[in-house]
Amino acid sequence: MIKKFKQIAIATSVAAACFSAALPSAYAAEEQFFMLPSYRVGPYGANGQSFYGGFIDYLTYVNMKGGMNGVQNAWEECETEYNTAKGVECYERLKSKAKAFPGPIHTMSTGISYALVDKTAADKLPLAMQGYGLTSAVDGSVFPWAFPLVTTYQMQASAIIKFLKDKNGGSLAGKKIVFLYHDSAYGKEPILALEAEGRLNKYELVQIPVAHPGNEQGAQWQRIRQEKPDYVIMWGWGVMNMTAIKTAQKMGFPRDRMIGSWWAGSEEDVIPAGDAAKGYMSATWNVAGKGVPLIADIEKTVYGAGKGNMKDTSKLGTILYNRGVSAAVLSVEALLTAQAKYGKGKAMNAEQVRWGLENLNITEARLKELGATGLLPDVKTSCSNHEGSGKVKMQQWDGSKWTPLTDWIEGNKTLIHPLFQADAAKYAKEKGITPRDCSKEK
Amino acid sequence: MQFFFEVLIGGLLSGVMYSLVALGFVLIFKASGVFNFAQGAMVFFAALSLVGFMEHGAPLWLAFILAFVVMTLFGIATEKFVLRKMVNQPPIALFMATIGLSFFIDGFAPLLWGNEVRALDIGLVDEPIPWILDNWNMVISKFDLFAAGLALALVALLALFFQYTRIGRALRAVADDHQAALSIGIPLQHIWALVWAVAGFVALVAGMLWGSRNGVQFALTFTALKALPVLILGGFTSVPGAIVGGLIIGASEKLAEIYIPPVMAGWFGGNFGGIEGWFPYVMALLFLLVRPEGLFGEKHIDRV
Amino acid sequence: MFYRETGQFKTSYAADQQIFPIRQDRIGIVLLLAFAFLALPLFASNYWFNAILIPFLIFALAALGLNILTGYAGQLSLGSAAFMAVGAYAAYNFQVRVDGMPVLLSFILAGMTAAGVGILFGLPSLRIKGFYLAVATLAAQFFIVWCLTKFPYLSNNSSSGVISVPNVEILGFKFDTPQSRYLLVLTIVSVLALLAKNMVRSTTGRAWMAVRDMDVAAEVIGIRLMRTKLLAFAVSSFYCGVAGALYAFCYLGSVEPDGFSLDLSFKILFMIIVGGVGSILGSFLGAAFILLLPIFLDIALPALSELLGLPFGSATVSHIQLMIFGALIMFFLIVEPHGLARLWQIGKEKLRLWPFPH
Repeated sequence: MIKKFKQIAIATSVAAACFSAALPSAYAAEEQFFMLPSYRVGPYGANGQSFYGGFIDYLTYVNMKGGMNGVQNAWEECETEYNTAKGVECYERLKSKAKAFPGPIHTMSTGISYALVDKTAADKLPLAMQGYGLTSAVDGSVFPWAFPLVTTYQMQASAIIKFLKDKNGGSLAGKKIVFLYHDSAYGKEPILALEAEGRLNKYELVQIPVAHPGNEQGAQWQRIRQEKPDYVIMWGWGVMNMTAIKTAQKMGFPRDRMIGSWWAGSEEDVIPAGDAAKGYMSATWNVAGKGVPLIADIEKTVYGAGKGNMKDTSKLGTILYNRGVSAAVLSVEALLTAQAKYGKGKAMNAEQVRWGLENLNITEARLKELGATGLLPDVKTSCSNHEGSGKVKMQQWDGSKWTPLTDWIEGNKTLIHPLFQADAAKYAKEKGITPRDCSKEK
Repeated sequence: MQFFFEVLIGGLLSGVMYSLVALGFVLIFKASGVFNFAQGAMVFFAALSLVGFMEHGAPLWLAFILAFVVMTLFGIATEKFVLRKMVNQPPIALFMATIGLSFFIDGFAPLLWGNEVRALDIGLVDEPIPWILDNWNMVISKFDLFAAGLALALVALLALFFQYTRIGRALRAVADDHQAALSIGIPLQHIWALVWAVAGFVALVAGMLWGSRNGVQFALTFTALKALPVLILGGFTSVPGAIVGGLIIGASEKLAEIYIPPVMAGWFGGNFGGIEGWFPYVMALLFLLVRPEGLFGEKHIDRV
Repeated sequence: MFYRETGQFKTSYAADQQIFPIRQDRIGIVLLLAFAFLALPLFASNYWFNAILIPFLIFALAALGLNILTGYAGQLSLGSAAFMAVGAYAAYNFQVRVDGMPVLLSFILAGMTAAGVGILFGLPSLRIKGFYLAVATLAAQFFIVWCLTKFPYLSNNSSSGVISVPNVEILGFKFDTPQSRYLLVLTIVSVLALLAKNMVRSTTGRAWMAVRDMDVAAEVIGIRLMRTKLLAFAVSSFYCGVAGALYAFCYLGSVEPDGFSLDLSFKILFMIIVGGVGSILGSFLGAAFILLLPIFLDIALPALSELLGLPFGSATVSHIQLMIFGALIMFFLIVEPHGLARLWQIGKEKLRLWPFPH
């Protein structure tokens, strides 16, 4: 028995040695550290793989091109499995490394970003949420550290309505629209916006929730068949998307009258549905394909040198991969914006990065310089508008690839943004936050 | 009324899909008293293997056989490395071990075959049958009918196997009483390995159908959640119970999803859809209050 | 030698019936508490507080709750996360809706709300047993989470169902640093753990164990089954409810109903099985194991693969982590099916004799 104890003692000390070896080591001074609470396993692992692959590839690409005025990007991943508690642990673990010169934090999970909004505000670290997360953080006076960049669920819903309106000769009066959604925080966010749009545009809105995980939707689609709507707007995630497309086929509902959110519009969502997905449309804030010079250049430069992050290179140029690249572009641009103010060639501290994110101005000209024309819309943020764009494109699946249908469509800002402000005000009241005065920010 | 029947039939047909997954649970519980939580993960693993072999150029039938071989090997390994070492443990420990097993598979299967979401084409389109649609304006899917036929065939096959073959009889003996079976010379370990292989086969069929319906991906493991209420309703030890339970759960769940939320909305206001997640469980629970051993389960008599 | 009770004579009933009858245990527990209350706050880093110590204590409390139900009263439950959710949302509502509600009181009320819900879902246990009951508790799991999503009242009309809790403040003292939150959680958990330790030695606890071992026999010797089982559900849900309130108020700060998913219920179940079913200590050991192992693997594996020069991608590492986690659970069950608490017990037995085994 004593022998056994000895073994245990040895095993423990070996383990402890491994543990301490893995603890934060010193890193070079002029580096910008990105903490990436990513996920590559679990129900949404396939999505995380492409997104974070694209994200890291762009950081590598920037490094290979000489960094941001010489400042190199560094990053560390931590597996969250899309689980909030694990995400928080990852955040706490990587926080100390990111303290000095942080890059914006990307969790690609609405749940984890909700939990991090308070923590990042307390720790003063910038949190970026492109197209997910706490949407009321658009109001930067209450949420100085959180950035739901580019667009939000509500603005996207509004843009979809605008697209449908244009398609129907400028009016949706008397039309019936079914909103089929994942019954969670994510799926419920756009309801208020769709209702507000409904009062304005006089369409009838039918809301049909789908219980998680959504791998069986017979009843929902039977109801849709009975309602005979003109369009189905779908807020799905993961397996719910292909099931919806397949069940629509089963019920004989035309796919070209289904429009998904951007979480329901990647290759991962339509390929498994096979031919059933032909004609299906979705919103997106970045385009697919390698046609964009930047993506082609990443493939040539990064993968040419064997430094690519994706094991499966056929995923290059997919929606989610390009989304990862776009997210990284936004972060790097924010850092460059900050450098322009606080000193080129220096690593930026948290407050400086925050300023960069808040004063982001990516014009079409800048996008052209980056070789990213058309990859993502132009973005201009400010203290009172952390979203900065609110534009999406509609795209259609032709059976083998996503083709953009429209130019950038902007949602109805005057209708939607007051919703965010009301939400943010309520949040500020509950938490006892005194909002900043945005007119005093420079 | 015609809409009611359409929902009912649609529900019955999806119920068969639940039964398929529940069958795997029943087989293993019957033979070894293990509540195999890893059945959902096995469905995922089997479907992933099938698709993996097809991606390497094997035709469907060959891929099916190869995937079956993989599942058999997996069953034997499980018996040899886990179950055999846990003989005489309390059921909860075995249950727990299968949860560990499901984690292992969740990591192992994508490591082997990659974790992309993939389509599985078995040459069957999930479309309404035009003739019924035209004449009765009802949607009945070809695919669902095929799945139902396959499930029934599978149950018939299993019933014959249990009833008339030597191994089948040994299986039933083991299910009745491990000790007695051992004492008359039935090799318990071989039987267990065999039953895991059969459960693997059922998982493969379920994985093939579910996979071609929703795509082969991690979410296939969630099919287990649909099968559990079927299992309690039908009884843990009954093969016909799994089928009947599946039909009841499928039909009632769909009818409930259509007819209950409007009523609740009338009471409280708001939108109460999405009850499919819990309704089967609550229904099974209410049913158990009347019949605690399930529809076809063996009645358990307590003795002091 | 270090753990020998020879010479410790009990001269009164009180001495014979104290929680820790052996002197070494008393010294041990005092040292442990002193370490947790005095030493840790001085030396631990923020990472340890926020990511390890606070969740460890909260999960240990939830595991303790489940252990009372499953380990002591023998009723298998897969719905602990739902009771945590009830606690979290109840505490939030008491805080937001009642002006000037003391935080601690709202935690206790949250626990009681959870206990009430627990009794409701415990009713079927009078008729259903074993795995049937386990699957039936899933009904509670899914139904409660659905209710929290569906009734906007419960989340104070937040459009997404997510609640963001107010800051914790007791008698004007703000619990806004990790240390202070840790101490608050530690105090609550210690009190509740001691209470549980006492409870399982009392009439109630003995009745639970009698029911667990054989309920028909228990009934025959005059234990009221209904009262005993429902009490177990109530107490267990109370603990889970308080744990849920702490989870929301002292750990995450903002929670959504989906966060209290089946996965969390399973995680709590793992804790008690790995730690030891029917052991208070086991709940803590199990929580530590299940919480620390993935973190350890997360840190060790990439380092190890770098050390050995293996070209693992991030995805591969994540998959291997999951495999090792599963394999270790199976390994533990094979080697020590009674959990870590049993190992500790074996250790104590050895210590009684060591170093003079003869």
